[in-house]
Amino acid sequence: MPVEEKCGLENDAAEQPSCSHSSNFIRQTVNGQSDILPSKTRTVSETNGSNGHQLSHECTPPMPWFGMDIGGTLTKLVYFEPTDLSEAEEESEVETVKNIRKYLKSNSAYGDTGHRDAHLQMEKVRVGNRVGTLHFIRFPTSEMPQFLELSKSKGMATLASTICATGGGAYKFEKDFQREVNLTLHKFDELDCLIRGIEYIEDNNLDRECYYFINPRNVETCQKIKYDFSDPYPFLVVNIGSGVSILAVDGPDNYRRVSGTSLGGGTFLGLCCLLTGCQTFEEAIELAAVGNNENVDKLVRDIYGGDYSRFGLGGNVVASSFGHMNSAEKRAKVSREDLACATLVTITNNIGSIARMVAANEKIEK
Amino acid sequence: MTGDHQNNTDQESVRTSPDMEAQKYAASIVLPDADVVFRNIKNAKRFAIDIGGSLTKIAYYSTVSHRKVLYNPEKDGTCSSMDGGNYQYESSETERLHFVKFETKYIENCLDFIGDHLVSSKDSVVGKSIKATGGGAYKYAELIQQKLGLLVEKEDEIGCLIKGCNFLLRNITDEQFAYHRHSEPEYHFITVEHNIFPYLLVNIGSGVSIMKVESDDKYERIGGTSMGGGTFWGLGSLLTEARGFDELLQLASEGDHRNVDLLVKDIYGGDYSALGLTGEIIASSFGKAMHNSHTKADGSKDFSEADIARSLLFTVSNDIGQLASLYALLHGLKKVYFGGYFLRNHPLSMHTISFAVNYWSRGDVQALFLRHEGYLGAIGAFLRGAEECDPEKYSWGENYAGSSGLQSPLPRPQGAGWPGGTTIDQLEIDRCDQQLTFFPLLANPEEYIPDAVDLTKDKEARDYWLSCFEGSLSSFVNRAISSQPNTDDSVERANKFRDKYIQRLHNLKNHPFAYGSLTVRSLLDMREHCLNEFDFPDPYLQQKKLENENALKLLNDHLNYLDELEHDKRQEVLVRGVLAGNVFDWGAKEVVKLMEDGLGFKEAADKLQARPWLHDDLDAWIARLQGPTHQCAAVFIDNSGCDVVLGIIPFARELLIRGTRVVLCANSKPALNDVTAEELTMLMKQVAAVCPIINKNLETGVLSIRESGQASPCLDLSRLPRSLVEDLRNWNCDLVVVEGMGRAVHTNLAVKLTCDSLKLAVIKNRWLAQRLGGDMFSVMCKYEAGNDIEVISSPVAPECGS
Repeated sequence: MPVEEKCGLENDAAEQPSCSHSSNFIRQTVNGQSDILPSKTRTVSETNGSNGHQLSHECTPPMPWFGMDIGGTLTKLVYFEPTDLSEAEEESEVETVKNIRKYLKSNSAYGDTGHRDAHLQMEKVRVGNRVGTLHFIRFPTSEMPQFLELSKSKGMATLASTICATGGGAYKFEKDFQREVNLTLHKFDELDCLIRGIEYIEDNNLDRECYYFINPRNVETCQKIKYDFSDPYPFLVVNIGSGVSILAVDGPDNYRRVSGTSLGGGTFLGLCCLLTGCQTFEEAIELAAVGNNENVDKLVRDIYGGDYSRFGLGGNVVASSFGHMNSAEKRAKVSREDLACATLVTITNNIGSIARMVAANEKIEK
Repeated sequence: MTGDHQNNTDQESVRTSPDMEAQKYAASIVLPDADVVFRNIKNAKRFAIDIGGSLTKIAYYSTVSHRKVLYNPEKDGTCSSMDGGNYQYESSETERLHFVKFETKYIENCLDFIGDHLVSSKDSVVGKSIKATGGGAYKYAELIQQKLGLLVEKEDEIGCLIKGCNFLLRNITDEQFAYHRHSEPEYHFITVEHNIFPYLLVNIGSGVSIMKVESDDKYERIGGTSMGGGTFWGLGSLLTEARGFDELLQLASEGDHRNVDLLVKDIYGGDYSALGLTGEIIASSFGKAMHNSHTKADGSKDFSEADIARSLLFTVSNDIGQLASLYALLHGLKKVYFGGYFLRNHPLSMHTISFAVNYWSRGDVQALFLRHEGYLGAIGAFLRGAEECDPEKYSWGENYAGSSGLQSPLPRPQGAGWPGGTTIDQLEIDRCDQQLTFFPLLANPEEYIPDAVDLTKDKEARDYWLSCFEGSLSSFVNRAISSQPNTDDSVERANKFRDKYIQRLHNLKNHPFAYGSLTVRSLLDMREHCLNEFDFPDPYLQQKKLENENALKLLNDHLNYLDELEHDKRQEVLVRGVLAGNVFDWGAKEVVKLMEDGLGFKEAADKLQARPWLHDDLDAWIARLQGPTHQCAAVFIDNSGCDVVLGIIPFARELLIRGTRVVLCANSKPALNDVTAEELTMLMKQVAAVCPIINKNLETGVLSIRESGQASPCLDLSRLPRSLVEDLRNWNCDLVVVEGMGRAVHTNLAVKLTCDSLKLAVIKNRWLAQRLGGDMFSVMCKYEAGNDIEVISSPVAPECGS
């Protein structure tokens, strides 16, 4: 990818995503659907894969096993809880390790901003030579100092272990981990991890993982349909984190980052915070779910009085996102919910549009 | 480059210029209404209008009357030059397209203004129709009908845009350009192309439409996005205090998006080198704006409204650039033209879009912009309405005197009744009398650029020529006044001519890209346009006539002298004659003094540089003349007087004697003291009386006089009359002679032809001569054999306006 950088103000391109909240995000492309459908595409993808991958090549490292993806917005933590511990093993287990397991398992919220997505957890999966449960935990990357503090208080420093980590933060926070909790970050490229994660999760979560929607424009008849992923290649991965990366996967261990965009989850959340004063991603999504973008966007019919039939554009198509908002009168009438909704529609439509064009250019159909 | 308010300073510097007539000068800036804007509206014949959400463009067609010297073949054959100012003028008409742009909020005032000024032609337009396009065509239909009495016929917007785009690409020199913010110059103009198709047109209005254009009739909307100008404006209005689009753009130019956007380095602490993403690349637009990260401990924010506006501008333009390149790549298109109100040729937006297109297409797709992108819809709508007049059957040219130029809106005239806001943006296009096309013998027509030096790239040359043209202006003003001694208002008009040309020169100092690539040719043409504008069609009329008559007296003796020379010597003397004649150039200020003191043909010959000349192919040329006879020679000639009579005519006579058909190509319209085709026709009758050879060949048509289609001291071989081109092709033209500084040095010096070519000129400008490595009166004698020229792409049948 040619990166021409002539001055610091140059702008471009897309980021490396933090995957987890991307799925939250994706769900909402079905406009108006607010119920949370567990989607795994995301969660599993990142850390998990690196763990599995890692362990198969090395001799079994000591517990506890964590995998971490430190993204631009969210940090995703995967914890492997072994369920095949022999009594002898349990006996010999260090007290700290037990405590950490108990702490993580007995809570689904940690501090104000950490969450464990219990509905996503995967039972009886094999990682390396062990069988256990995978737990998925997330918190905002901006809370990293608090996380480190918590880890310290749980005695992580005494374990002097290594964590497999990916995402930009694995580089950015490496020194903090070393200093605060005596943890060495074993860094992996995040796109490698992403692809590995998808492959792993597909193998382990066959019937639930990959799906698509039919009739996405109609709330009534919209249905989630399972997609048979047994013959996957080639396929496109649109990884929507803070920004968006688009990868073409031609085969196992064979992928390219073909495109991306800086308009991603971070843009949605950033704009929503500015426009509505909301605080969190969940709040933004909730607002969007009940809003109406037609109060904010200019539709084809607002310009042409109906369809622009010469070019097959229906009257309901958005002609200009936020197109009404240059009018003070219209601004006075619009609600926070409408603004959040318009932001969501703008960003998701745009990602969809770019993904479609990239797929066409790459001649990939899924 | 801001450039938005340039003209204030221009006007300022005009006012404070140490001109002795400063007082009078300033006063004359206030031109009557119709001189400045909605010019010639009283003769308007046909209207079209493109009403956008923010800007409205009105197009109208008018017939401009100019005085033109009336030639009377009977009388002129014998009349003496002494009847000075008593030339008879006839009224000559130019068909002209006018385009005026103003903010839509002024539409009612502007319609009133037009209605009031239509007096004389109101009857001819009332009840007729006006083509209207743009989103506002529906909204304002009734208002237009009521104010102007015209029936509104709505035209499809996209169809109009494409029609307008094709028209501009074909007719307007340097219409398209690429924009590189970090290079010098920033604007890279691309000359008129043989084949303009296929291309992608991305119109960024409120939303974005992406059209694939394969021919005049074959185009489709292949995509679009709702993220467009409306998104920038709408979100910007929500997130900042800026009111209005321009305020928002201004704000964006002051901000730093890095405070709002999450960069790769914000995530990685540096580059993500595995993917080649440098730290400065935006990972997530607005990624730093989320609540938990942008308030400092003290509650203050990390970013300003300006930062938000800039981030927004980048977000939208980047996204459009990316989508456009994806569409271009998918359809295998290399050229993408961007237009629409979001851009308005705003440098920061053009830069971001260019950057995005280059980045996402890995350099395979070129982002291009149009100087007159704002007028596409209006031009298209106008053409739709004027189909019965066949405007597309003619060639058109930009009138530099009536067009405001890129990023150079004119200041609103004080006291005048311009109702359309504080500045004036306008475009005028004149119809050429003929359809113009490429010279068929260009070795590489796709890359033909007439001009030797691009002054937008060469600052030293630009500074020199701009001051040179300004310095010699007063002698042109005087010449213009004395050319019309019996006219009351000639002084007033000459002063207006001076004001206008100075305004243009000053603007070009800061905006050298205003009319495309700045060249000596464009400066010369602009001066001619300004002279014409104030009805000085031919300031050198008497001078040309006088010189022709004096030279004619010497012709017979000169021909006799030549005929006595042996072959090779004669060839040398003939070439020297052309060169000596070429010294007589009223456009070269250093020679003007000599001529005013009285310069003879022999003295001029003595001035020439001694051989070897600066470029000296004389021997090769003489050797060539010992070879096979040329079938047909096209000779592009220069000055009146000694130049044509004692230089070109004997040279042409020699070719005729050898058995070569000769086509003398002279200017279609006056420029400096260059001989026009009309004058030459008259002159040749007198020559025929002196020389039986000329007489016989004129009668048989072996010697012919043709218009070159030019109205300039230079020569643009991509714009020759179609009829001339066809004849030259039929006659198997195999020799081209180009004469003079304007035609063979400022233009065409490096241009390769597929036939033999001889370029002859005397450098009569000390600065230029030194730059070329010679001195004053250096001689350029460049002969190139056609069969030595590598043909890069064979000339194809040129595609013209039809």
